[in-house]
Amino acid sequence: MASQTAVPARSGAALGRIGMFWRSTIGKKVVMAVTGLIMVGFVIVHMIGNLQVFVGPAKINAYSHFLHHTIGELLWVARIVLLVSVVLHIVGAYQLTKLDRAARPVGYARKEAQAATPASRTMRWGGVALLLFIVFHILHLTTGTIQPVPYTEGDVYANLVGGFQIWWVTLIYVLAMVALGLHIFHGGWSSVRTLGLSQPKPDPLKRPLAQLIAVILWIGFTCVPVAIFFGFGRGR
Amino acid sequence: MKLNSRIPDGPIEQKWEKHQFDMKLVNPANKRKFTVLVVGSGLAGASAAASLAELGYDVKCFCFQDSPRRAHSIAAQGGINAAKNYQNDGDSVWRLFYDTVKGGDFRSREANVYRLAQLSVNIIDQCVAQGVPFAREYGGLLANRSFGGAQVSRTFYARGQTGQQLLLGAYQALERQVGLGRLRMYPRTEMLDLVLIDGRARGIVTRDLVTGAVTSHAGDAVILATGGYGNVFYLSTNAKGSNCTAIWRAYKRGAAFANPCYTQIHPTCIPQSGEHPSKLTLMSESLRNDGRVWVPKQQGDRRPPDQIPEGERDYYLERMYPSFGNLSPRDIASRAAKRVCDEGRGVGPGGLGVYLDFADAIRRLGEDVIRERYGNLFEMYERITNENPYKVPMRIYPAVHYTMGGLWVDYNLMSTIPGLHVGGEANFSDHGANRLGASALMQGLADGYFVLPYTIGDYLGANKLAPVDVSHPAFRDAERQVAERTKRLLSIDGKRTVDSFHRELGKMMWDHCGMARNEAGLKFALQRIPEIREEFWRNVNVPGSDTELNQALEKAGRVADFLELAELICTDALHRRESCGGHFREESQTAEGEALRDDEHFAYVAAWEYTGEGSAPVLNKEPLDFENVHLAQRSYK
Amino acid sequence: MNLTLHVWRQAGPAKEGRFVTYQARDISEDMSFLETMDAVNEMLIQQGEQPVAFDHDCREGICGSCSMMINGVAHGPQRGTATCQLFMRHFRDGDEIWVEPWRARAFPVIKDLVVDRGALDRIVAAGGFITANTGGARDANGILVAKTAADEAMDAAACIGCGACVAACPNGSASLFTAAKISHLGLLPQGQPERDRRVLSMVAQMDEEHFGGCTWHGECQEACPKEISIDVIARMNRDYMSAAWSVREEKGSSAE
Ligand SMILES: Cc1cc2nc3c(=O)[nH]c(=O)nc-3n(C[C@H](O)[C@H](O)[C@H](O)COP(=O)(O)OP(=O)(O)OC[C@H]3O[C@@H](n4cnc5c(N)ncnc54)[C@H](O)[C@@H]3O)c2cc1C
Ligand code: HEM
Ligand code: HEM
Ligand code: SF4
Ligand code: F3S
Ligand code: FES
Repeated sequence: MASQTAVPARSGAALGRIGMFWRSTIGKKVVMAVTGLIMVGFVIVHMIGNLQVFVGPAKINAYSHFLHHTIGELLWVARIVLLVSVVLHIVGAYQLTKLDRAARPVGYARKEAQAATPASRTMRWGGVALLLFIVFHILHLTTGTIQPVPYTEGDVYANLVGGFQIWWVTLIYVLAMVALGLHIFHGGWSSVRTLGLSQPKPDPLKRPLAQLIAVILWIGFTCVPVAIFFGFGRGR
Repeated sequence: MKLNSRIPDGPIEQKWEKHQFDMKLVNPANKRKFTVLVVGSGLAGASAAASLAELGYDVKCFCFQDSPRRAHSIAAQGGINAAKNYQNDGDSVWRLFYDTVKGGDFRSREANVYRLAQLSVNIIDQCVAQGVPFAREYGGLLANRSFGGAQVSRTFYARGQTGQQLLLGAYQALERQVGLGRLRMYPRTEMLDLVLIDGRARGIVTRDLVTGAVTSHAGDAVILATGGYGNVFYLSTNAKGSNCTAIWRAYKRGAAFANPCYTQIHPTCIPQSGEHPSKLTLMSESLRNDGRVWVPKQQGDRRPPDQIPEGERDYYLERMYPSFGNLSPRDIASRAAKRVCDEGRGVGPGGLGVYLDFADAIRRLGEDVIRERYGNLFEMYERITNENPYKVPMRIYPAVHYTMGGLWVDYNLMSTIPGLHVGGEANFSDHGANRLGASALMQGLADGYFVLPYTIGDYLGANKLAPVDVSHPAFRDAERQVAERTKRLLSIDGKRTVDSFHRELGKMMWDHCGMARNEAGLKFALQRIPEIREEFWRNVNVPGSDTELNQALEKAGRVADFLELAELICTDALHRRESCGGHFREESQTAEGEALRDDEHFAYVAAWEYTGEGSAPVLNKEPLDFENVHLAQRSYK
Repeated sequence: MNLTLHVWRQAGPAKEGRFVTYQARDISEDMSFLETMDAVNEMLIQQGEQPVAFDHDCREGICGSCSMMINGVAHGPQRGTATCQLFMRHFRDGDEIWVEPWRARAFPVIKDLVVDRGALDRIVAAGGFITANTGGARDANGILVAKTAADEAMDAAACIGCGACVAACPNGSASLFTAAKISHLGLLPQGQPERDRRVLSMVAQMDEEHFGGCTWHGECQEACPKEISIDVIARMNRDYMSAAWSVREEKGSSAE
C-alpha cells in the first residue's frame, strides 16, 4: 500500500470563522437546524392563528387585521426572518444532499434499514414538497394570485371557507400537512441533536417530544381545511 | 558465534541508570539524517516508531494489516503489570522482578528483568498521559486487580480491552508523527527479507500486499517487533496473520534464535468444537479470580454439571495447590487440566474441557458484580458457544498462547547481527521459560518507549556507518531471491491447499511438542516435519499471481517458514532434557508430576545459529547466573 | 446446513465487479461466518479458482479488520457483533446470503470484499491524539479521573475502527467513528488542552476524505459492533460549535 503520509487538514483560520464553519458538513447542518427550528416556531404560532377560524369570522379577521395593520413593520421583520431561514435552509439542504449522495457512488445490491425511519428517509423529497406547498400557499391565501374563488383582501374567513370548498385545494393542503408532520417528526428531534443540546440517553432514537409536536401540528393544521370541506362555515 | 550479553556491571538497581549515562548520544541536528526501519506496529513497534520519530529520527514503519491499529496487541484482554504499589499491598520493583524471574522458572536474564520491573512504573504514567482510559476508583485514582497468580494487585486494566487501549495510545502517538510528516507508515506491507551490508543490518525487502511490488528500504538501523510465532501450532489464540516470517528470514541471515521451544499454553481458552475452528479464543485469565475450576470425580461422568453433587466434584487446582488454588501459574494450571482430561474426566464434546464455575461467586457477590467485572467476556463466551455462563459453568481448555522464545538479543535489545534490534514478543524476551499474566504488554511497551529509543541512539552514535542506498547489489540480490521464492510457490500448482498443510503441521506440533513432550515424540516429529515440508514444496496449490492482492500467496509464504521453524522448535525441545516453565519433558518430573528443572546442565539460554540449507543449526549457550535471586524449585503448593 | 452465497467478486480497484453464486455445503452452526468463507475458499482453490479476498485477523471482534455487508446489514444480522464473531446458528438451512464490501467513495474497493480504509487513519493523524511525547509524564495518580468520566470515555474508546458505521450510513458518513474518538479524548482531563484543535482538525479531515454528513438516520449505531451511541455525534457537534467560536485565538487551528 502506498506510504501513508500526512494529508494536511483544510486550514480553517485562512477562511475565517464563518467561512470555515459553513464549509464544514457540521456547520451547514447547524444552520439547517437553527433555520428549521425558526420555521417550526412559526408554524406553531401560525396553526394557533388558523384555529381561530372555528371561533368565527370576526375573530380570525381581527387577527389578520392585527397582523397586517396593528403591528405593521413587525410583520415585515417576521417575513424577512422567515424568508432568510427558508433560503438558508434550502441552500444547506441542497449542498448537503449533494455531498451525501457523492459519498456513495456505488450503491448496495441489498440494504436493510435498521433504524432509519420513513421520516428520516423522506426529509429531502418531503422538503421539496413543502417548498412547492409554501409557494402555492402564499399565492393562494396571501397574494390571492391563485383564485379558486374570488379573493377578498382582508376577509381571511371568506377566503378560507371559499378555498376549501374545492376538493383539490383541500387535497393539496391535506397532503402537504402529512409532509410537514413527517418532516418535523424527524427534524424536530434531529435538530436538537445537531445543535448538541441533547443529553446522553439509553435509547437516543426515542423522540416523544418531536412526535407530540408533529402530531399536534398535523391535526391542528389539517382540521381546518377538512372541517370546511365537510361543511363547516357554509351558508353564511 | 560469540554471545555478548553486554550486561552493565554494578549493582542490579543501578545497571540501567549507569548504562543510560554511558550510552552515546546523537546530536539533535543529526538525528533526522538517520533512517530507522521499524517492522511491526504492535505495542513494541508502534511505541518505538513514535518515540524515535518524536526524537527526530527519520522513521519508516511497516505492518501487514491495513492499519497499524490492528496489530495483534489489540487482542490483549486482561491487563498490564506495574510495580506502582498503589494498593499499598507490599508490591515493589524488587518484588515484580522476583516474581517474574521465579515465574519464568529461572531461565531469564536477571539484569533485563530488573530493568523491566523498573520501567513498568513509567509505562503507566506515559499511557495515562496519552489518555488510555484505565479503570478507576470512585475517588478518581487508578484501580488494580490481581492477575495470573500474583499475590499483589499490580495489574492495570481497561475493561477486558487493555491491549486495545494501550495499542490505541501508541497508535495515536504514531499517527501524530505521520501527520507531522516525520514518520512514514507502510500498511499492507510485508517484510520478506533482511539486508546486510558489511555485516550490519542496513535494510529490508518488502512486498506490497496490494500491488505485489517487491521494494527495498535502506536504513541505518532495523527494529523487528513482529510478534510471536504461536501459529506454528495452527490453532492458537494468535491472530490469523501472526507469523514468524520476519524473524525467521533474519535468523537465516545470521541472527541467533533463542529458546524456540519455550511456548506458553494458556489454561483458559474456549475448547475447540469439532474440526472447523480456524483459531482458538482466549477467555481472560482474570476469570480465575472468581471462577472455580473443577471436573467430575469419576471418569466419563456425562451428567450435566448442575446434576453433579458437590461431593462428586474435584476442584483439582484447589486440591493440588492449596496456597494458589485457581490462580496457580499458567503452565501449572494447563498441565493439571491436561492431566485430568487424560484421566478421562474431561467434560464437554470429546472430553477435552474442564469447568470454570461462577456459581459460588454469583451467590457470594451477586450477578451484577460479576457482570460488572466480566460482562463482556461472558458475552463473548455465549456468542461463541451459545451457552449462558451465568447459568451453566464455562468450559475451558488450554491453548497455545505465547512464545517466550524468539531472536536472541543483548541488554541493548540488539541481535547477533549488528544494527538489527528486536523488541516485544519477537525477541527471546525477559520471561524465561514461562510468562506471567499481564507481563507481555509491559515488556512490549518497555522495549518500545523506554529501551530502544536509547539503545538505537547508542548504536548510531557509537558506529560510523557508511551511507548506503537501495542501488547496492545486496538489495538487488535479496529482491531477486524474494521474487524467485514467490514465483516458485506460485508455480507448484499441486493438489493440496496451504491450510491443509498448516493444519497437519499444527496437529503434529500439538501432539508431540505441546503441553508435554518426550524424546520419542519429538524424534518422530523431527522425522515427519521435513516430509511434510517436502510435500508442501511439491504439492501445494497457490492460485493467483504475484502482481495483485493474493492472500493465498501470503499464507503460503508464512506456512513455508513455519515448516522450517517447527523443526528448530523440536530440535531445541529435544536437546533440553529438563522441564522448565512452559517446556515440560515427561522424562524430567517430580514424584507428584511437577516440572523438574536441571540447573546443573541447563541453566543457560540456548541460542541457535543457522548454518545453511540442510545442515544442522549450531547451539550456542549463554550461561545464566543468578546473583540476586537464589535458584529454587518452583512450588505453588 | 447448506447455504447459497452471492458474493461480490471484483478483480481489482479499476475492474468491473459482479456477484458470483456459490454453494456452501454442510456448514456447522458452530462455525463463524468467516470460517464459512474459509470453507468456500478451500473449495474454490481445489477447483483451481481464485479464493474470495476478505480482510480478517484477530477473529475475536477486536482488531476491526473484518468487514462484510451481509444481506444488506453491516456485519450481519446479530447486533453488536463483528463479522468474525457472527456464528452460523443465526442462519437457517437453505438460506440465500448476499455478501458485499463496504461501499463508500472514501473506501475504494481493492479486491473482492477488501476495501481501503486508510481515510480513518488519516482522520486520527489529523488530531485524534493527545500530544504527550514519551518521557516526562507525571505520576499516573497525579491526574484524577472520575469513574463516570473514565467509563464514558471507555465506552467511546471501544471503537475498533472497522468502518461499519460508514458502510451502514445512507450518507456514507464517518461521524460515529470520528465522534467516538473525539468523545474518548474530550471526556478526559488529559484531553482538554487540545480539545478545540482536535475537533476542528478531525472534522476538517473527515470532510476532506469525502465522507458524507450526518442526517441522524441512526443506522451507524445499529451496525456498530461496539454499540457506540449516536450521542457521541451530538457531543462532537457541540464541541465543534464552541471550537469554531473560539477559532480566532487558535491561529491556523486545523492545520498542523
Ligand atoms: C488473545 C491474547 C490475549 C493476550 N492478553 C494479554 C494480557 O492480558 N496481558 C499481557 O501482558 N499480554 C497479553 N497477551 C500477549 C500480548 O498481547 C502480546 O505478546 C503482545 O501484544 C505482542 O506485541 P508485539 O508488539 O510484540 O507484537 P504484535 O502486537 O503481534 O505486533 C506484530 C506486528 O508486526 C507486524 N508484522 C508481523 N510480521 C510482519 C512482516 N513479516 N512484515 C511486516 N510486518 C509484520 C504486524 O503487522 C504487527 O503490526 C495476549 C495475547 C493474546 C493472543
Ligand atoms: C391547513 C393549513 C394552513 C392554513 C389553513 C393556512 C392559512 C393561511 C392564511 C389564511 C394565511 C394568510 C394570513 C393573512 O394574510 O393574514 C396564511 C399565510 C401564510 N402561511 Fe399558512 N396556512 C396553513 C399552513 C401553512 C404551513 C404549513 C406553512 C409553512 C410551512 C404556512 C406558511 C404561511 C406563510 C409563510 C404565510 C404568509 C405570511 C405572510 O407573510 O403574510 N402555512 N396561511
Ligand atoms: C422549504 C423547503 C424545505 C426543504 C427543501 C427542507 C429540506 C430539509 C432537509 C433536506 C433537511 C435535512 C434532512 C435531514 O437532516 O435528515 C431538513 C431538515 C430540517 N427541516 Fe427542513 N426543509 C424545508 C422546509 C422546512 C420547514 C417548513 C420546516 C419547519 C416547519 C423545516 C424544518 C426542518 C428541521 C427542524 C430540520 C432538522 C435539521 C437538523 O436535523 O439539524 N424544514 N429540511
Ligand atoms: S464506531 Fe463502531 S462501527 Fe464505526 S468504526 Fe468504530 S467500531 Fe466500527
Ligand atoms: S447513520 Fe449516518 S446519518 Fe448520522 S446517525 Fe449515523 S451517521
Ligand atoms: S477479524 Fe478482528 S474484528 Fe473481526
